[in-house]
Amino acid sequence: MSIPTEALSDAYRLMKTIREFEERVNAEIMNGQIPGFTHLYTGQEANAVGVCAHLDTDDTIISTHRGHGHCIAKGADVSGMMKELFGSSEGLCKGKGGSMHVADIDKGILGANGIVAGGPPISVGSALAAKIRKNGKVAVSFSGDGSVNQGTCFEAMNMAVVLKVPAVFVIENNYYSEHTNISYAVGCDDLKARTEAFGFPVFVADGADFFAVHEAAGKAIAHARAGNGPAGVFAEQGRYHGHFVGDPQHYRGEGELDDLRENRCCLKNFRARMLESGEVSEDVLDGIDAEVMALIEQATIDAKAAARPTPDQVTEDVYINYGAGA
Amino acid sequence: MKMSVREAINLTLHEEMARDPRVVIMGEDVASGQGGVYGVTAGLTEKFGVARVIDTPITESAIVGAAGGAALTGLRPVAELMFIDFLGVCLDQLLNQIAKFRYMFGGQARTPLVIRTMIGAGEGTGPQHSQILYPMLAAIPGIKVVAPSNAADAKGLLAEAIRQDDPVVFCEHKALYMDECEVPEGDYVIPFGKARTVVQGTDITLCGLSRMAVLADQAAAELAAEGISAEVIDPRTLSPLDEESILASVSKTGRLVVVDESNPLCSMASEISGMVAEFGFDYLDAPVQRVTAPHTPVPATPCLEKDYVPSVADIVRAAKKALAY
Repeated sequence: MSIPTEALSDAYRLMKTIREFEERVNAEIMNGQIPGFTHLYTGQEANAVGVCAHLDTDDTIISTHRGHGHCIAKGADVSGMMKELFGSSEGLCKGKGGSMHVADIDKGILGANGIVAGGPPISVGSALAAKIRKNGKVAVSFSGDGSVNQGTCFEAMNMAVVLKVPAVFVIENNYYSEHTNISYAVGCDDLKARTEAFGFPVFVADGADFFAVHEAAGKAIAHARAGNGPAGVFAEQGRYHGHFVGDPQHYRGEGELDDLRENRCCLKNFRARMLESGEVSEDVLDGIDAEVMALIEQATIDAKAAARPTPDQVTEDVYINYGAGA
Repeated sequence: MKMSVREAINLTLHEEMARDPRVVIMGEDVASGQGGVYGVTAGLTEKFGVARVIDTPITESAIVGAAGGAALTGLRPVAELMFIDFLGVCLDQLLNQIAKFRYMFGGQARTPLVIRTMIGAGEGTGPQHSQILYPMLAAIPGIKVVAPSNAADAKGLLAEAIRQDDPVVFCEHKALYMDECEVPEGDYVIPFGKARTVVQGTDITLCGLSRMAVLADQAAAELAAEGISAEVIDPRTLSPLDEESILASVSKTGRLVVVDESNPLCSMASEISGMVAEFGFDYLDAPVQRVTAPHTPVPATPCLEKDYVPSVADIVRAAKKALAY
């Protein structure tokens, strides 16, 4: 599948934006500027961008606790996200969601989600709505290798097949559910086969390679969009940080992180590919890097200066209307 | 028109589906066969087709979660959780997902869905098919909880539940399904947070929830025969709760019995008692009496179940205790 040059630049820009967003968030957490639990997506950027490249605004995604990358790839405003993480009332969720619940409903982002495998059933509902409304949309749920052992994931996959809805299950294997390796936590040898046993095709990609993810996701999304029912994408790629910021990561093998950063970097891979094909020049890529750095810097400055919620806001937005008696 | 609770719910589902094409029904056995165990969804498939009346596998997390996702993206699902006891297998989707959407997304989300579910003992259905559990749900910010005690209220409250934009759990007491009363014809909507005064009285307030409102009414009749004037209040919606009407009644009578089929700890009876102790202390001439099920699971055998469920005699006894104080 050939990808237009403009789309290539966009993809690189998004991957780089995710990378720099996450690295800046990591630094700001270390400075004590960002409260709560934060799970960084660094290293896995190609997955989010390779999948979301096939989605329109009205297609939906639902994400995970490690959700910043998915939200940026689907078009969330980076400044609004940074404000959300800093706890500002100007954040995308007015500071009430934080890192694990970034959402932008109008952009089809039905939320990052703090419960492992909380998202797939909801995504099936979005797919059901698309089917009933006959609007040609698809619903993508991102899950990790931890979520595939949750009952909600099984239930969502089965119901998507039974109802034949355009749901796409993207499983990102970063090898660790929190601290536990997939070789321990998944009891079978062939997770792809186990997933396909639910009754839909699964397309596998190297998660360090944007082009591989783009191709696999393209097949899965086309399958679902054409009315053939659900499909899956499996992408393998380790995360560069711990489960959460501050995780000492004693469970990692020696040299594992260095190897990931050195040899399995989607940005480096992308640049190498462009150098070879000549589709996007190094100068253009360098220019994008500089623009992204400036964007993140400005987003951080803005987030630090942005308004914090006032006490009356704690009781707002629980209900649309709680009724006469309350 | 006179009809049963079951018929009133069925009629309302027909009317609301005809009124709004975004309303869809989903759940186990709702579409095929007889419209569920009690026939509450009977006839909907014939009228609206399988595209809008959707049979699901037995998969409660997916049912509730998918209803949430469909509501977020433009439908108005009425999902059936066959028995409220099955919350045990799907609570996350309600507690951590649906109830939180609006708040944790900073007011962006609109999740107009109804979860219809059967509650209550009295049919010999045992520990896993007879619980009340609504106090658990009423304690969760972000969802509303409704429990009608008669056919007219079932119609008006279900229409409101389907038309308004927040998630609602609609609790149907299985021992009330065949109870009949006059139901207003045509468009009939009851706003949430408005209690119904079942009987007016001056000596004591009996506040009963769901089926217990019916028993409280019967208790009031027995007390009336002895010259005691009891006022019966049915809150109808537990969240929001019409605190004002309960307090207004207690300000008049000075005595309160709360009747709740829940287990006693952290029940609606506890909540209402606490609320009256806090805001109606000056009105009270006697301690608030709570009549609830005991702190046990629901026994299956009818010989024990009848002792488990609060009875009219229990309510009369509690009323007399308050009056004798």
